[in-house]
Amino acid sequence: MTNLTHLTLAAARDGLRAKAFTAVELTEAHIRAVEANRALNAFITETPDRALDMARQSDARLAKGEGGPMEGLPLAIKDLFCTKGVLTTAASHILDGFHPQYESSVTANLWRDGAVMLGKVNLDEFAMGSANITSYYGPVKSPWRRADGKDLVPGGSSGGSAAAVAARMALAATGTDTGGSIRQPASFVGIVGLKPTYGRCSRWGTVAFASSLDQAGPMTRTVRDAAIMLRSMAGFDPKDSTSVDTPVPDYEAALTGDIRGLKVGIPREYRVDGMPAEIERVWQQGIDWLRQAGAEIVDISLPHTKYALPTYYIVAPAECSSNLARYDGVRFGLRVEGKSLNEMYENTRAEGFGAEVRRRILIGTYVLSAGYYDAYYKKAQQIRSLIARDFAEAHKQVDIILTPTAPSTAFAVGENDDDPVKMYLNDVFTVPASLAGLPGISVPAGLGEDGLPLGLQLIGRPFDEETMIRVAGVMEAAAGFTALPHLLRGEV
Amino acid sequence: MGYIIKGETGDWELVIGLEVHAQVISKAKLFSGAATEFGAEPNTQVSFIDAGFPGMLPVINSVAVEQAVKTGLGLNAQINLTSVFDRKNYFYADLPQGYQISQYQQPIVGAGTIEIDLPDGSTKSIGITRLHLEQDAGKSLHDQHPSLSYIDLNRAGVALMEIVSEPDIRSPEEAAAYIRKLRTILRYIGSCDGNMDEGSMRCDVNLSVRRPGAPYGTRCEIKNVNSIRFVMQAIEYEAQRQVEILEAGGTIDQETRLWDTGKGITRSMRSKEEAHDYRYFPDPDLLPLVLDAAWVEGLKAGLPELPDAKKRRFMEQYKLPAYDAGVLVAEKARGDFYEAVVAGRRDPKLSANWMITELLGALNKTGKDVEDSPISADALGGLLDLMADNTINGRIAKDVFAEMLATGKPAAQIVDEKGLRQVTDTGAIERTIDEVMAANADKVAEYRSGKDKLFGFFVGQVIKASGGKANPAAVNELLRAKLQG
Repeated sequence: MTNLTHLTLAAARDGLRAKAFTAVELTEAHIRAVEANRALNAFITETPDRALDMARQSDARLAKGEGGPMEGLPLAIKDLFCTKGVLTTAASHILDGFHPQYESSVTANLWRDGAVMLGKVNLDEFAMGSANITSYYGPVKSPWRRADGKDLVPGGSSGGSAAAVAARMALAATGTDTGGSIRQPASFVGIVGLKPTYGRCSRWGTVAFASSLDQAGPMTRTVRDAAIMLRSMAGFDPKDSTSVDTPVPDYEAALTGDIRGLKVGIPREYRVDGMPAEIERVWQQGIDWLRQAGAEIVDISLPHTKYALPTYYIVAPAECSSNLARYDGVRFGLRVEGKSLNEMYENTRAEGFGAEVRRRILIGTYVLSAGYYDAYYKKAQQIRSLIARDFAEAHKQVDIILTPTAPSTAFAVGENDDDPVKMYLNDVFTVPASLAGLPGISVPAGLGEDGLPLGLQLIGRPFDEETMIRVAGVMEAAAGFTALPHLLRGEV
Repeated sequence: MGYIIKGETGDWELVIGLEVHAQVISKAKLFSGAATEFGAEPNTQVSFIDAGFPGMLPVINSVAVEQAVKTGLGLNAQINLTSVFDRKNYFYADLPQGYQISQYQQPIVGAGTIEIDLPDGSTKSIGITRLHLEQDAGKSLHDQHPSLSYIDLNRAGVALMEIVSEPDIRSPEEAAAYIRKLRTILRYIGSCDGNMDEGSMRCDVNLSVRRPGAPYGTRCEIKNVNSIRFVMQAIEYEAQRQVEILEAGGTIDQETRLWDTGKGITRSMRSKEEAHDYRYFPDPDLLPLVLDAAWVEGLKAGLPELPDAKKRRFMEQYKLPAYDAGVLVAEKARGDFYEAVVAGRRDPKLSANWMITELLGALNKTGKDVEDSPISADALGGLLDLMADNTINGRIAKDVFAEMLATGKPAAQIVDEKGLRQVTDTGAIERTIDEVMAANADKVAEYRSGKDKLFGFFVGQVIKASGGKANPAAVNELLRAKLQG
């Protein structure tokens, strides 16, 4: 039998339908991979029994010729999605022992379509981070290695998802992206990460970080896999007022391979100072691939790009400071007693939140406070509108925008974490599309000089994931990225 | 004219603005589907949204929006077709989300006015600054355990309308009239039951004092004054307190004060420096609330006749004095009852007199209103009919009314059973007059020598001797003839 954990999601789906193997076999293979790779610390909670139960039910449905689009496919779920009866932590001490009595809309959609849950994967605490080093449950290690042999970060915040998919512990994983948390880790570990348009996937039942930015999306090994999984995750949800009521197309059908005549925008402002040559090189390669496939390359300007990062680091902490107020020790999770109500709050939140979360709550509280609101939060909202307008203008000229995903390859655990601003710079290319609510996808494009993956990002028009997926498919084929993480080459 | 405090250094005028929190009548909460019934077992009407669980999101309840818009229309106010929900951030145990969803800079309803009716029959216009929708908090129960507080989240997330007045109110009486009128409008519209005892209507008072005509002074806010009587008492107390401070050369600290019902005083709750910084910002879980102008127009067309319009109509259509009309429109049920009594044919003024003086007077003694009247509008009409056709006179009618109130029997039945039919037989009346004149020969002589005023005495005596049943008009006529000899 072929190595089941190396199949793509699409191939596994087709194999199950052709009865080449069973969902239980597929799931068992992945459970073994999860167990074998515990050193990566990708999972916070493994749910093998539940996985096998779900797989048995999938087999029963498949045997009757039934089954949904994701039937029997084992997934890793970022531990930010509430899963009914299964510990949900947001990688925070403050959610100790929290077993939700409800299922997030996105995961409910996946289970409705037959998918199998392997467990809950690690992330930066409350999805705040770019390296998966802020988790209360410890950092996640990338399955990739650098020549110096140091442990590398998988990126963040969806680091556990990225590591699990890259290391073949899951066929695919759910991620969430607030400022780049799907796309940047996908770039770091050489997989595909898709952030849909804001409003495409319901936020109901997903632990909130920054409500106006948070968006769930698939993390997969191919563009086709992302297309299949997005179709199941997406959809209007009346329980989320920001969810958009527009039909979910068959994204897989968008993979025609034909991008002739499409206009691809190259934003000049993304050539940032001090950008490594290898990034420049991969970006140019992407331009060449798309031109060769018949697309027209257009230089465009997104003039407010340089304000995106500071704007993001005002808006996101502001929302987080309010969203995280509910973690007060009163109704669920951790409680550290005190002599008064205020003291209990202080003790609980001081012990329950890690340093990065506390930092962002402080920043957010500051920018919303009387006397500073106009200078920071209000100004940031105004600039956010200008950034969105930049994209809207650009998308009148071009169908899609091509940029690098991240300004570097993965770095080692311990690097960059002395300086939060340096860490925040990881999001420089992903944050603008987040602020504008636009869909973005990171596709593995090649390896850097250090032998580590680099991704390219495509940014589409609102709710036009189909064009984005079509171009991504062409770029993926041209790149022919086949490099395996060092862990899987037996080199670790 | 106005309510003035005569201080030792001169006159002081009160400047008062009221913030009324009115619980919206709706089966569900403002942003969750949980029930809202009053008096349920603690924590039985709480959804995961109300309890602030991770990942929960608010969805606006359209019934609450409709109620707010209807109320705004009833206050002759600007309806804002686009409004925004904001988060008001603060920590408290009965606020599970750590913020209250409210409306800050863009409320659903803007400026409007309320006409208040003053005891002297005059009216005054009080400006409404705004009305906005917001979530109620839960309840902290501090008296259930010696050292712990209990939390009941049944109320958490219930829809409130905060209705803010302009500082146009100048006396405790005006404040009371404002609250009464606002409550009347809310009840007419059906957007709030106005029940202050159950806390479905609560009031904060903003008050400052000044020399008449001078600029506004520094104000204090008095929180949670939960009856009209307490509002008046709190205003009187607080105004006096401020005047005493100012007259002693002191200054007023802008602060939030609490009405202490037990002691009948206001006391400091927190100073301006201790005021919360609520860090308002637009709630990113909710899009701006956009209303369709045609939908608002439809609500406007469907509004019931409101108290001011009804009062004007009663004055024109039924020729009632302002006072009567005001009493009859104070509750929607009263107006309905009154019109059922008149029923298009009975004397409107007589109907109003009987309803106000007799019926409402009697009901008032037991704290009831017309909804609970043992006498139906039809039955009261029946009594009026018996007077109109001279079956009984007004004096007997009062006895019949008392009997109706006690037994619920129709007037005609009581009149028959008790033999109270009016005597119009002139022979019988003449005999009674003769008897009375014979028994009061001295008074007859006095009358005949010019003491006209004794006529009333004779009328009274004759009617009394007839057991009240003699027709007063007939008595008058016959008596006058006989006395003149």
